[in-house]
Amino acid sequence: MVSVGGAESQVYAVRGITLDVKRGETLCIVGESGCGKSLTALALMRLLPPGTGLKATAINFQGVNLLEASPARLRNIRGRDIGMIFQDPMTSLNPLYTVGEQLIETYLRHRSGKRSEARERAEYLLGKVGINNPAERMLQYPHQLSGGLRQRILIAMALMCGPKLIIADEPTTALDVTIQVQVLVLLRELQRELDLALIFITHDLGIVARFADRVAVMYAGKVVESGAVQDVFRNPQHPYTRGLLKCLPIHQNAGPSQRLVSIPGSVPAPRDLDEGCSFRNRCPVAVDRCSMPVPLFHGAADHQARCIHASFEGAAL
Amino acid sequence: MLQYIARQTVSAVFILLVVSIAAFSISHLAGDPAAVIAGENPSAEQIEQIRKTYGFDRPLYQQYLSWMGGALRFDFGTSYHYHQPVATMIAERLPVTLVLGLTSITFALMLALPLGVIAGVWPNSLIDRIALTIAVVGQAVPTFWLSLMLISFLAVGYGLLPVSGSSSWLHYVMPTIALGYYALPTLMRVTRAGMIEVLATDYIRAARAKGLLETQVLVKHALRNAIVPVVSLASVQFGMMLGGSVIVETIFAIQGIGWLGYDAVLRVDLPVVQAVVLVVAAFFIVLTWAADVVNAILDPRIRLS
Amino acid sequence: MQKSETVIGSQPRYSTRSRPGLLRLDLAKAFTRNYGFLIGGVIILVFSLLAVLAPLLPLHDPYDFDLTRRLLPPFWHDNSDPRFLLGTDKLGRDLLARLVYGARVSITVGLVAAVISGVVGTVLGLCAGYFGGRVDRLVMLLVNCRLALPVVLVALAVTVVVGSSLEMITLLIGLLLWPRFTVVIRAATMQLRDREFILASRVLGCSNWHILFREIMPNLSGTLFVIASLEMANAILLEAAVSFLGFGAQPPTSSWGLMLADSRDFILFSPWLVAMPGIALTILVLAINLVGDGLRDVLEGISREKF
Repeated sequence: MVSVGGAESQVYAVRGITLDVKRGETLCIVGESGCGKSLTALALMRLLPPGTGLKATAINFQGVNLLEASPARLRNIRGRDIGMIFQDPMTSLNPLYTVGEQLIETYLRHRSGKRSEARERAEYLLGKVGINNPAERMLQYPHQLSGGLRQRILIAMALMCGPKLIIADEPTTALDVTIQVQVLVLLRELQRELDLALIFITHDLGIVARFADRVAVMYAGKVVESGAVQDVFRNPQHPYTRGLLKCLPIHQNAGPSQRLVSIPGSVPAPRDLDEGCSFRNRCPVAVDRCSMPVPLFHGAADHQARCIHASFEGAAL
Repeated sequence: MLQYIARQTVSAVFILLVVSIAAFSISHLAGDPAAVIAGENPSAEQIEQIRKTYGFDRPLYQQYLSWMGGALRFDFGTSYHYHQPVATMIAERLPVTLVLGLTSITFALMLALPLGVIAGVWPNSLIDRIALTIAVVGQAVPTFWLSLMLISFLAVGYGLLPVSGSSSWLHYVMPTIALGYYALPTLMRVTRAGMIEVLATDYIRAARAKGLLETQVLVKHALRNAIVPVVSLASVQFGMMLGGSVIVETIFAIQGIGWLGYDAVLRVDLPVVQAVVLVVAAFFIVLTWAADVVNAILDPRIRLS
Repeated sequence: MQKSETVIGSQPRYSTRSRPGLLRLDLAKAFTRNYGFLIGGVIILVFSLLAVLAPLLPLHDPYDFDLTRRLLPPFWHDNSDPRFLLGTDKLGRDLLARLVYGARVSITVGLVAAVISGVVGTVLGLCAGYFGGRVDRLVMLLVNCRLALPVVLVALAVTVVVGSSLEMITLLIGLLLWPRFTVVIRAATMQLRDREFILASRVLGCSNWHILFREIMPNLSGTLFVIASLEMANAILLEAAVSFLGFGAQPPTSSWGLMLADSRDFILFSPWLVAMPGIALTILVLAINLVGDGLRDVLEGISREKF
């Protein structure tokens, strides 16, 4: 549970999350803007901004409960075992230092070694993420580089110390469409090669379909459905997931003059939420029972959905 | 970067020119400088005499050009009262004010920087509140009153420090405090605001996500970024101290350039007044120019464009 | 060469018609929760009432002097005179009365100077921000020139040439303190200039003057008040300094600055004479700054829509 605001106005931006990811697996967290996915990612690393609170049962990483770990321990894990790639590559790099310096300092912090070692590693990784002339690029400042280049550098920076888990918060949203594809392909290759666990946050269902092994669908601060991508996409149990999938033009077999379908209504503000299902005032099958807390229903092969109508039988589409 | 500096230099020259016109025109604001100099109930012949002696009968632009021409060669004319070259008088007094200004800005920075950084890193903490209170009160206390109170307590009350003059370093202690206290609030606030702003950026968050030690995050990243505007501000404040030292110098009888200006105004010594205004303004212009240059050097976004 | 001035970052409302949803109640709550604003406001109110009602209050005549009762100490000293609560100055004038009348002087100077500099600065800032180009460059040149000039020295020099009086110094201060208005209003105008509602007005054929004064200015009124409060405080301090040096208010006017000049020689034996006008100045200026800061905090709160 992540709360925003001061003591008087605690508003729960995120609640009811259970996530799980394994090595070599890509978990996509998908949802609209404002559904709390970025906050979730930050919460995992215990990097929430001041003014937000965190209440959780456990955050388990390789046998360590990050919730109870000391700040020093957390600092060791961050950057070394967990790498994070942020959304906006321009603002995530310090404008006053060279790109190389920012890469090198990560390495030197976690692995005591010489600068030359760190530099070699940085150049190697820059090459791996598809940057030519790595040695030259290292001496440049962020404002001298294009968006695509910067994002690749962020990826390289996350990989500097050989982490086991990468959390990528919408790494392609700020990029041009052509660059987006390149970065996505790069990430997939790297994941396969390095056997990384990857948590990928996005709002783009297309990316989820092509990329993810497992998916968690978030709505208004809760995970409403999760499971293997094929299960969720072929047999969506939650009305929101169904609605999302219906919105995709491909699935509508729409002719050129037919209207696009959308989900009526809009996302409720965090302070208007209550105990019951947060989707119910937009849901085509809502009943009275929905205004009470909805538990998680389980289907086969850890396909889960937070809806009382979940039956997990057959394909809905 | 060179282009940037060139532009700033051209701008500085323009400003200096306009300032020189302003300095020159002070004497002519009442229409006839001769009448002002002449004093109480002058006769028409006296005024005419003065006009001829000091060249006020020439057309305005000629007076300005001849004065400005001399100024560019560091010849500011002769003092009406002391009959000395004004340039010499200024050269004698300027170092005193420069020393006072330097000590004052150092004093201000030594307090403002640590307080501002601590307040920025821990906003709403006790130190932050203390620092903000000092800033808020400091902006309200009149400099001349602070000087008098300092004299009252430290010199007269406890006999710790000499009241006036400028012969020993002790003489500079109270004026430094009085003048430095003037710049302290702004410097502290800007440092604090800068730290708060920088600490909220994405790159600080990214630095923490890399697992950097908190000292690395604060010093190597946050402070380095936050300090850039403070450097230019300190330079500007130093420039303002040179002009604003009039009050402190008169109260503590420190005979720097501010005191010289005050003395000249009292004696209606127009050449000295004009020259002091011009020189102080010129220093300010040079200091702000220097601040821009330092900014360009410290910020690679300007340095490498 | 831009001098770094703190630009008030208030996002403008969309148009001069009031923005739906911003209740007066929320505003009132925001103001009352800000302690600085409240304290400052109360102090200013008290000072202003004293100043305005001074002739009606049971005070001694501030100009009435009597050398036989000079330099009497305030009531907490042993040999004080109960008729003169805060003592008397070097001419035997009642200090309390002079302090209250001094408030009249300071507040008047502050207000008038703030208005003059506000008008000058805002007009310059609006033109620079709205018209841009050469107008902008010219205005910024003027701003930089004014900032380069040593204000106190120039004020002294001008009064010597033109004659020193309270009116003259007030006018002068008003004509000297406009740069901050200009810089901030210019920045805010530039932000507003390209917003849709201004473009819409232009498309509708509104004249520039209409846009400037009926559309842009109302959005800047909050910011204007914040700057005005700051400059009012500066004006009060500047007048006190110039009067202290003898070039502003002339005796027997009870300007606090003048009172400090008078009492300077008695600093050893009658320190209260030096302390009290200074304390009065500090408190008034502090109050004005607190109100200005409070205003700015509320404005920023509105623009950031804290819920």
